Amino acid sequence: MEVFPFVVVVWILAVGLYGIVTSRHLVHQIVCLIVVQSSTYVLLLGVGYVSGAVAPYFSDVKVHTPAVDPVVQALALTDVVVEAAVTALLLAFAIQAFKRFGTLDPQELVSLKG
Amino acid sequence: MTLAQRRWLFLAGMAILAGFYLWGLTALPGFGHYPGPYGFVINRVAVAQTKATGVVSAVNFEYRGFDTVGEEFILFIAATGVATVLRQLRNERTGGQTGDEALGPGSSETTDAVRLASLVFVGPAVLFGWYLGSHAQTSPSGGFQGGVVLATAFVLIYLAGAVLAFRRISPVNLVDAVGAVGAGGFAAVGITAVALGLPYLTNFLGLGSVPGAVSSSGTIALISFFVGIEVAAAFVLIVGELLEQTLLVQRRAR
Amino acid sequence: MTAGQVAIALHLLAVRTPFSVPAPLMNALQVVLLVLVAAGATGVVLVREPARQAIALSAYGLLLALMFLALQAPDVTLSELTVGAVALPLLLMLTLAKVRKREK
Repeated sequence: MEVFPFVVVVWILAVGLYGIVTSRHLVHQIVCLIVVQSSTYVLLLGVGYVSGAVAPYFSDVKVHTPAVDPVVQALALTDVVVEAAVTALLLAFAIQAFKRFGTLDPQELVSLKG
Repeated sequence: MTLAQRRWLFLAGMAILAGFYLWGLTALPGFGHYPGPYGFVINRVAVAQTKATGVVSAVNFEYRGFDTVGEEFILFIAATGVATVLRQLRNERTGGQTGDEALGPGSSETTDAVRLASLVFVGPAVLFGWYLGSHAQTSPSGGFQGGVVLATAFVLIYLAGAVLAFRRISPVNLVDAVGAVGAGGFAAVGITAVALGLPYLTNFLGLGSVPGAVSSSGTIALISFFVGIEVAAAFVLIVGELLEQTLLVQRRAR
Repeated sequence: MTAGQVAIALHLLAVRTPFSVPAPLMNALQVVLLVLVAAGATGVVLVREPARQAIALSAYGLLLALMFLALQAPDVTLSELTVGAVALPLLLMLTLAKVRKREK
């Protein structure tokens, strides 16, 4: 339990990268990129976790209750929403690539020139 | 390079990366044994300093507000990029016709169950999104989540099959303007602090007396509201542009 | 152990949390969810058809949201739930509809 969450993080990263490398469809590659991004969320939250602590919201618990780290939660929170918009931009580029070259296969797109 | 060669090269590289990563894990304090002082310090002083009981939103909009400005502008630029790329494609195909186009009937094959379920949830989604956007300082809420839930309410109208209604209530110029107001409003709150002689993004409004009330915590609530409408406008814009692409192709295929 | 670690340990012992699940139960929940998340990620990558992958991504977003909730992060749960289970599959489906109609 000491290192198991971080081992899961590197597993998700490896699986996502494997999907990107061996993909035959641009949209499938983009979804694998989403999976790789999700591994960073788990890493952030895993680093900030305190055993036996509550969430850092003090509207119903006393102020001095031990709580988990709020800074990494703030990072992960904005990260999730912003990466969705960046994924939309990647999908727009995929549509444009399909219109220009007629194919969504990354291995054929590499060999096209001009 | 063939696929098999690429796969072996990837496995070799990933083995090396994973080896270094797991070696670095041995120096970590372990899951649950958080050592660093920042988390404990902020948890202790945040409520007293900002009168906000939602410490994560206080960190987002007050202690690390400058980072949030940057992230919000990443979102704004990504939505603008989607609009630019897809509108350029649309103009190319129709030979330069812009402006309002008469939309076809759209796909009217949604069943009554889907239509009813979608329309029933539009009202609660709007209410919940508004609640999330305005209560950043009290409970687990905030501008980012509230904006996405508000955008989901618009998308539910599209899912119910009323495509024309979706386009009518989210005209492109209005959505663009609302997004710009949101992004500009956030920057304006920071610049107002500079105009008052304080550093950028200082909390210059009154903090209120009750920690966690809706009107307390000064600029945190205001910034959260601006972020909420900006995120909602960005997502409605993105979905609208993609939707316009699919409808365009559908019309020409007839 | 340094004085700082002793101080933190005493602090954690002195202030009891009011809503607490027993620590072994929380650990077991987190382990189960971590295994499910790892399996979900593998499943999303191994589905090759993009339309089906969007549905798998939606389920994976739900699993991730549960994982974040078990890590005491309700804000991140809300974000991941709305974005990963609703917004991202919707964007994927719209893109695929656009690409597929062009192929006809």
